[in-house]
Amino acid sequence: MDLSALQQIAAGNTWGALWPELALGCLALGLLLLEIVLPKGAQARIPAIAIVAQLVLLGLLAAAFGGRGPDRVIFNGLLRQSSAGEVMRIFFLVASIFACLLARVTLARQASPRVEFYVIVLVVAAALMLLVQSNHFLMLFVALETVTVGFYILVSYTRASALTLEAGLKYLIMGALSSALLLFGIALLYGVAGNPYLPAHTAESLRYEPLARFLAANPHNFLASVGIALVISGLAFKIGAFPFQIWIPDVYQGAPTPVTALLAVASKAAGFVVLLGLVRFVFAPYAWLVVPALGFMAGATIIFGNLAALTQHNVKRLIGLSGVSHAGFLLLGVVAAGRTPLATGAIYFYLFAYLLASFAVFGVMAHLAGANDADQELADYAGLARENPFLGAVLAVGLGSLAGIPPLAGFVGKFLIFVAAFQAGLHGLLAVAAAGVVVSIYYYFGWIRAAFFASGDGPGEGRPARTPVGWAMTVALGGLALASVLLGFYQGPFGHWLVW
Amino acid sequence: MMSPPCLNPLFVAIAAPLAVALAIALGLPKRWSVRLAYAGFTVPLLAALHVWWHFAGAAKDHGYAFLTQYSTGLDGLGIALELGVNGIAMPLFVLAALVGFAAGLYAIRSEAERLKIYLMLLLVMLGGLMGVFASVDVFFFYFFHELALIPTFIMVGVWGGRDRVYAAMNLTIYLTLGAMLSLLGLIAIYVKSGARHFDMIALREALAAQPLGATVQTHIFGLLLFGFGILVALWPFHTWAPLGYGAAPSSTAMLHAGVLKKFGLYGLIQIALPLLPAGAAPWSHLLAGLAVFGNLLVVGLITIAQRDLKQMIGYSSVMHMGYAFLGIACGTALGSGGVVLLMVGHGLSVALLFLLATSVNHRTQSFALDEMGGLARSAPVLAALFVAATFASIGLPGFANFWGELTIFVASWRFSPGLTAVAVLGVVLSAVYGLRAAARVFFGPPSEAFARVAAKTPPTDLRWGERLPALVLLAALLFIGFWPRSITRAIDAALAPSAQHSE
Repeated sequence: MDLSALQQIAAGNTWGALWPELALGCLALGLLLLEIVLPKGAQARIPAIAIVAQLVLLGLLAAAFGGRGPDRVIFNGLLRQSSAGEVMRIFFLVASIFACLLARVTLARQASPRVEFYVIVLVVAAALMLLVQSNHFLMLFVALETVTVGFYILVSYTRASALTLEAGLKYLIMGALSSALLLFGIALLYGVAGNPYLPAHTAESLRYEPLARFLAANPHNFLASVGIALVISGLAFKIGAFPFQIWIPDVYQGAPTPVTALLAVASKAAGFVVLLGLVRFVFAPYAWLVVPALGFMAGATIIFGNLAALTQHNVKRLIGLSGVSHAGFLLLGVVAAGRTPLATGAIYFYLFAYLLASFAVFGVMAHLAGANDADQELADYAGLARENPFLGAVLAVGLGSLAGIPPLAGFVGKFLIFVAAFQAGLHGLLAVAAAGVVVSIYYYFGWIRAAFFASGDGPGEGRPARTPVGWAMTVALGGLALASVLLGFYQGPFGHWLVW
Repeated sequence: MMSPPCLNPLFVAIAAPLAVALAIALGLPKRWSVRLAYAGFTVPLLAALHVWWHFAGAAKDHGYAFLTQYSTGLDGLGIALELGVNGIAMPLFVLAALVGFAAGLYAIRSEAERLKIYLMLLLVMLGGLMGVFASVDVFFFYFFHELALIPTFIMVGVWGGRDRVYAAMNLTIYLTLGAMLSLLGLIAIYVKSGARHFDMIALREALAAQPLGATVQTHIFGLLLFGFGILVALWPFHTWAPLGYGAAPSSTAMLHAGVLKKFGLYGLIQIALPLLPAGAAPWSHLLAGLAVFGNLLVVGLITIAQRDLKQMIGYSSVMHMGYAFLGIACGTALGSGGVVLLMVGHGLSVALLFLLATSVNHRTQSFALDEMGGLARSAPVLAALFVAATFASIGLPGFANFWGELTIFVASWRFSPGLTAVAVLGVVLSAVYGLRAAARVFFGPPSEAFARVAAKTPPTDLRWGERLPALVLLAALLFIGFWPRSITRAIDAALAPSAQHSE
């Protein structure tokens, strides 16, 4: 290899642009080091250190936010940095901070090791950031596998519980299957795009731009369409879209609450951002295949998620299945994204609204769970509003926002998706989505009814004792609820960023 | 045209109750909560009276007075908090403030459990109601409606009476369905019109310049008609209403039946009819049929069969919506104007009836008509007010409802004399159940059950905490009844241009 090639690679390696991911990685290593260095008594502070360090990083990220600008392709086309990527970095960092906060509540009741959890969460967050910025299928796959391997460990973290182990095994098998589908699809695309007998063939067929040019030149290639279908199927597993949603209820129930939250929010969001990028740019010439397929998935996902959630009594399964229906709404946005620019902004807004609302609900769940984290029933919520009005209010705001009720952020998210879908002319799907909203009211209402309208037994009578809310969680949950309300009334600069 | 939002009376009327509610939510002590709640209920009334008084002379832009705009971040989508009232919105804005004031005073003086939270929810509801009628932006019009609706569900579920949880769930699902349908219809208008702003003025201009095709108009009108119709309890989608009102605490029922329910009618008159003139005609016969035979006749007969005072008022309010739908089905300015008048009259009278029914309940410990009788002897003021409210609700001259019903009948005569004749029968039905209920409760010998209750706690007449809100409502009813021009001038001016479209 001659020197000029190395120089070119060196010039393309702009490590400085990856400072948030590097900082998270270093923080993870630093925490491991701290565990060795610190005396036993001071080790309990490690989670707090992890959270504070991430808050500092969040402040730096927010200060460095540059607004909308031209995209920058770095590392010889491996990564594409955009304003949306910056926003998603903030998204994943916020999700990781809340997951760490929840872990302090949940893991305190478990006999598992404490520090490794935070280390893995940090690595997963960094990998998620890289995932949404990937501009190359190799980068995509490596980042995705880093995330998935991290989740293999996290899902079965409290390994004393049988349900958790079951969840871990299921996630392992399903994760491996979905990775295999994705990889097979990538391989097919790579192979067909490298075929020298086809127009616009390319040696660099893993990078998005050459691949997009190839697909545009061959808009009806059979092998390419199979590859695209497999890639989308692999991603559909991650976001839990019908018919790849079967793993969701069991895994969500068995995983520790903070992991469920991270899985539901961050992993799903990353899946959607990746899917959105692929559908809008790389797979755009194959809209004849992608749009009907995703449209069917969106409708079926909304219907399945809502109907399946109707009969649930376990809140973790309930929120998992309601998350499936949210995936359907987001897919509706993805389908519309090919035809209207508003849909992209709508998806980002929806994701943020979902982040705020979900963590509010998961935060309440973490405080109401007992030693057996998988066993959280609706009946445990009886009398919550009377006993602890603060948690009751946070729960109401979170569920209301998930249900899409004004004046909460979730409503604005749904509204934007609806307008985008209307602009794209998806009338049939809109009817399904509207019916889905009405059905979802029923099970969200059931939860509210348990917390607000039912009179509660005393503690210890068949339900686990509720954890008192510490000051950090009070600030965090109060902030989440306030942010959900505020974002519903006033979208401000964020709205300007989304709809420009 | 633009004034700073902090000085705009519309903004003040929305912000004051919401600010008080926020202060209570952040943990104000109870004594201060109650004191501030007085302000929260009074400020919107003062602002509304200011708007009413200055409306004729105020500068108008496209018929809207007190126009102001405030960016909330969705400008790229043509959405901003744009406030203003035209001649249709102004009477309803004043109605919301009046009923809100009465319901608030009544709630403060009630012995509700956890009074602070109850008042907070009522204040949120009031803020939302003021916002509904002050919004020019269609997004916020819908947004404020839902903001007012959510506290209703919670108040019915927590403070409600019999079957409260079932009633709350029923209410939630029905009204969400109606709201979703109307939201889809509103989005459809926005996207199809190609307007750059999601407000009523821009939509009207865009559609005047380039009307939609007749089929599209018919489809969208259908969505809006049934969406809004469910929210107003159009037969056969009315079952949530008597159930919900029967269970709701009095102030909630006053605000919902009196004001919030009018959202759907207001939306039909302010948005659907003027924007989709060609879409209304194909639906008008179905709507008129449902209104007359469903709401007026069937529900009217069901009302007569009621044995529970609160359920009866709930059914009667469903029944009176039949007149309103009949007026809308006419599709003329006269019909719409009659509906606005009826909305004001009905809102005041039904709120008054719910208030007095609860006061009756405090004295008889029951809502069952069979367990009452002879209350007029111990509570003459209550009896007089109740009889007056019943007269108003039947539509006797001298009360606001009379003008509304009369105008609607005149308008619908041109539309269909046969249906009008049947509709007039409705007045007889409401006279039958209204007067019979008044007679059962207040006159004749006391029933055994009531005699036992009265022996234990002798009933007293209305206290001032109950009397003041009732008198405010009655005074407004009589004021409009004797001087309808106080609001019709504004309504006429607002409806005149749309009359040219439809005739």
